[in-house]
Amino acid sequence: MIPAISVRDLTVAYDEKPVLWDVDLDIPEGTLSAIVGPNGAGKSTLIKAILGLVPIAAGSIRVFGEPYRTAHERVGYVPQRGSVDWDFPTDALDVVTMGLYGRLGWFGRPGRQERRIALECLDKVGMRDYARRQIGQLSGGQQQRVFLARALAQDAALTFMDEPFAGVDATTEQTIIDTLKALRDAGKTVVVVHHDLDTVPRYFDFVALLNVRLIAAGPTEAVFVPDNLQRAYGGKIAFLHR
Amino acid sequence: MSADLQISLVAVAAGVACALVGVFLVLRRMAMMADAISHSILPGIVAGYVLAHGPNLLLGFLGATASGLLTVVLVEALSKGKLRQDAAIGLVFPILFALGVLVVSKYFANVHIDTDAVLYGEIAFAPFDTVNVAGRDIGPKSFWVLAVLAIVNTGFIAVLYKELKLATFDPGLAASLGFRPALLHYLLMALVAVTTVGAFSAVGAILSVALIIVPPVVASLLTERLPRMIALSVAVGALGAVLGHRVAAWSNVSISGMIATVLGILFGGALLFAPGRGLIAQWSRRRAQKVRFATEMLLVHLATHQETAARDIECSLPHLESELGWDREVAARIVGRAERLGLLEREESLLSLTEAGLRQAYLAAER
Repeated sequence: MIPAISVRDLTVAYDEKPVLWDVDLDIPEGTLSAIVGPNGAGKSTLIKAILGLVPIAAGSIRVFGEPYRTAHERVGYVPQRGSVDWDFPTDALDVVTMGLYGRLGWFGRPGRQERRIALECLDKVGMRDYARRQIGQLSGGQQQRVFLARALAQDAALTFMDEPFAGVDATTEQTIIDTLKALRDAGKTVVVVHHDLDTVPRYFDFVALLNVRLIAAGPTEAVFVPDNLQRAYGGKIAFLHR
Repeated sequence: MSADLQISLVAVAAGVACALVGVFLVLRRMAMMADAISHSILPGIVAGYVLAHGPNLLLGFLGATASGLLTVVLVEALSKGKLRQDAAIGLVFPILFALGVLVVSKYFANVHIDTDAVLYGEIAFAPFDTVNVAGRDIGPKSFWVLAVLAIVNTGFIAVLYKELKLATFDPGLAASLGFRPALLHYLLMALVAVTTVGAFSAVGAILSVALIIVPPVVASLLTERLPRMIALSVAVGALGAVLGHRVAAWSNVSISGMIATVLGILFGGALLFAPGRGLIAQWSRRRAQKVRFATEMLLVHLATHQETAARDIECSLPHLESELGWDREVAARIVGRAERLGLLEREESLLSLTEAGLRQAYLAAER
């Protein structure tokens, strides 16, 4: 079977300083996968490179066996919450509708159909009542749920999420993980940049351990073991309660 | 058409054209780029003048657009390294502007593009430079230029509204969906450059910045929806233009100076009086919150001590001064408010909670 993502010999450098060194990675279709590693390991850079948002120095990337350019309609992306301006003059419903812009293409206008889909997606993450709220008035957790609803609206075969659990409340974390598991159970592939090692075994069925180089990748129970973690985090990891 | 009306029309067209592109500049937090472009288009205009051996609308616009885009490219290239964007802007535009000033002072000391006109504009002379179609005078040339720019900008935003909004709010998603945020960025910057050239001839380099930046900032204080922000921005730009011209004519001062001043006053008014985001609204909201919290504090205090032996002391009005750290005036005001709301009763100076007051105290304590 063709993997959802296939990365070969990927090197990304900022100012000749490698952020990712010669990474080979296959992420199978239908998995809920985590990209895990210490700060500065290149986790966000890896997904940005796959999405063509940062230039790559070497290597090749295939998404469903195709270059990203031709596959982008099947790919969804949720950037870090802090990467956008939440004072922007718009409401939750509009942000979720943006998830449908790819389908509308250039010049296409969202209409009643798009509005209905967006409201459904807000409903699925428990945010329907906040549809007309200006996004800056939402709490951090609510903002992340709006982003999640937008990813649902994209209805992508493959969805990337960059640190969706960063700074959210427990309810939101549960909503997000339940939603992601439901997506996986529906046959979609979800790739999450993740920080919290404690929750990895409970949340994810596939893990890529990264620290500039790829340390290990595979099913969680095989890869998420102390030995590999030691190699990814060096001496920086004191304990791991599971 | 009277000269006054013609000047008004020019000013309104400039206000509308500038306010439209200004919205997206302000939302992209690139307001200073308008300042940079407004100055650095000068060498482009001069280059157009040289190439055409005299004033030429088309070459002037092309040159200005080219140097405007050059500014954007240079600023972005410089700020990719260690330099921050504000420093990069500060480096690029004075150099380009200076280049233009040098050429003007050397070769065109006494012609149409003199430095005063560059800085302050010459809107008062607009009625002398009119367009003739089939022998009929159809109004000032700068009006028609700015009107066309306003229409082009309106068309650009109307056609690419969704794409511009997405690329401004979330460029990462825009790029991953295949909308080219970089392309949109440069299209927008090109329009800013062209619009500035148009406004420049009317109100000058410095004041064109006011027309681009102030209306959208005023609009952003008044609404939280992008379509309304665009509409309000246009309205504020037009209003500032008309009022500025009227007041200038009445008090016999510089028109462009008065337009910018009126815009500044409109901004001050919005900053103070905008419902929701204005300073006064914020202040009264904070004050109401303070009073609400103080009332809750009083209720919780009374609830805690109501059934205790020390009730006579703890729940007496003079005692609040020492216990809650309130001076007499504050204590009297808060107690008075709670009494009016039926939350407590007063016998002499002894305070006791009513049923409703007790309930609210529990609700507050639980939060």
